Amino acid sequence: MDETVAEYIRRTVLKIPRDEIKMMLQKWDFLSEAQLQTVNFHQIKDNISQEVVQLCEENSADIKQAAVLDIIYNHIYQNKRMWSVYQMRKTGEELEYFDLTDFKKKFKRRLRSALKNVTITFREYEDNAIWIRVAWGTPYRQPNQYKPSYVVYHSQTPYVFISASVLKSNLPLLCQALIIASNYHEIREMELRSHSLNSLKDIVFKRYSQNFQTYCPKPLQGRTVEPESVDLRIIHENKSEKERIQRLNQEVFGNGPQPILQFAQYKLETMFKSSPEMDVLDKKEPFRCLVKFSSPHLLESLKSLAPAGMADAPLSPLLTCITQKARNYFRIREKKGLFPDSFVSP
Amino acid sequence: MAVLRPFDKLPGLNSAALLLVGSDEELQQKLAEAILQEKRDFKISIHIATSLPLPSERDHLRPRIDLIVFMIDIKSKCSLKNVEASLAHVDATFFLGKVCFLVTGVGRVNCCSIETNAVCKLGEAYCSPVLFCELELEGVRVATAQRLLRMLQICAGLVPGFSALSFSLLMRNSADD
Repeated sequence: MDETVAEYIRRTVLKIPRDEIKMMLQKWDFLSEAQLQTVNFHQIKDNISQEVVQLCEENSADIKQAAVLDIIYNHIYQNKRMWSVYQMRKTGEELEYFDLTDFKKKFKRRLRSALKNVTITFREYEDNAIWIRVAWGTPYRQPNQYKPSYVVYHSQTPYVFISASVLKSNLPLLCQALIIASNYHEIREMELRSHSLNSLKDIVFKRYSQNFQTYCPKPLQGRTVEPESVDLRIIHENKSEKERIQRLNQEVFGNGPQPILQFAQYKLETMFKSSPEMDVLDKKEPFRCLVKFSSPHLLESLKSLAPAGMADAPLSPLLTCITQKARNYFRIREKKGLFPDSFVSP
Repeated sequence: MAVLRPFDKLPGLNSAALLLVGSDEELQQKLAEAILQEKRDFKISIHIATSLPLPSERDHLRPRIDLIVFMIDIKSKCSLKNVEASLAHVDATFFLGKVCFLVTGVGRVNCCSIETNAVCKLGEAYCSPVLFCELELEGVRVATAQRLLRMLQICAGLVPGFSALSFSLLMRNSADD
């Protein structure tokens, strides 16, 4: 077995938390159950990984199998990576039957014709998701297994989720290969990024709880059921205002859990408006400014702003349109408001 | 009446009413519960509002307010603006000892958005004491509840020989020292 492969497997096993190593190796299905029984999973991780590498040596593992282990790790720990969403478009309405083998063949052929040294690995999951791992090399160097790109493609949808490696120069090639393999004509990057892959899927597949505009008259002033712990000596004067805020929140955010996003970024290219005495910027140039909201769970925190009294309800539509417009990076220009991004064809 | 006046209603027998004005409802609820747990020998009702003016529908049900506590969260500029806007709806005679500013959240030093200078100036401008506290700590919450309860008792006239005005003068003089 190649030394680089051995080292790669060792490092991958070291990344896995100790309690989960056995489970992931079983999922990998490369080492037999008998072999796994011989490993002591209660010792320190260094020793466990050494034993695993030994066993892989016996089975003559190559880089292809090692890449599968890496995909399994990244599938379970998908939230450690930052995912961007890409949307593909095709002209015409041909409904083509999706052939997985054909897709894989075309994808590999396109990448390999452009770049000789790539490692491409596929793995399918139950929810119709195809995970693709690509390790990039150059004509003179072997692929760098430690900085691969990951692509998640749901064949019945025009969306692709990409977690690119640091080497951004390979992105156009990756996009091209995807369009060709999936029989689309164009691909563009949506301004939507997050660590939570499932939340991104929820947003673009519209799986979050949306609030449809049904006619909702003011709720009847019936007897509300008070919780038993209400003390009659404490009187809330602004109850109707609170109810109004709750109602507005519900209309905007819906009832269910919000998708998990970490940022919303607004790039302002608007003119600076100051009082005439301040006399800032006598040149009439747009004042460039970037406003970034960050949070472990941005939408939940926006939802709780008004009830907590930190913002007035209703919130600015710039904040509340995030799930509906499926974007969290905005560019705001003078007067015309939000600008959609243009499609980029290869 | 859009403006809150101190003496436009008759007082209740052996009772006092406290009004908490602030934007964080949970904190107000916690403070109110802490005040209610203290021992006292008069009836008390605590009114919680996010801003003034108070909704006029409930005007006839409301007792005479003896003490207004404006709660300012030091982490939120919004709460200071809210309080400043509400001050306009309080009659000037209220500020003769029946108003107090309570600044909360001072435990979290890293998250201060409001300068304490600004709040102290506000207190001076309105001749009312400014108290600083951290309501998330139980000990401080209990101590603040006791102070407010004592102030409420004085403002409701339930301490013989001691009026709200004399109390506020006492607080001001000792602060200057």
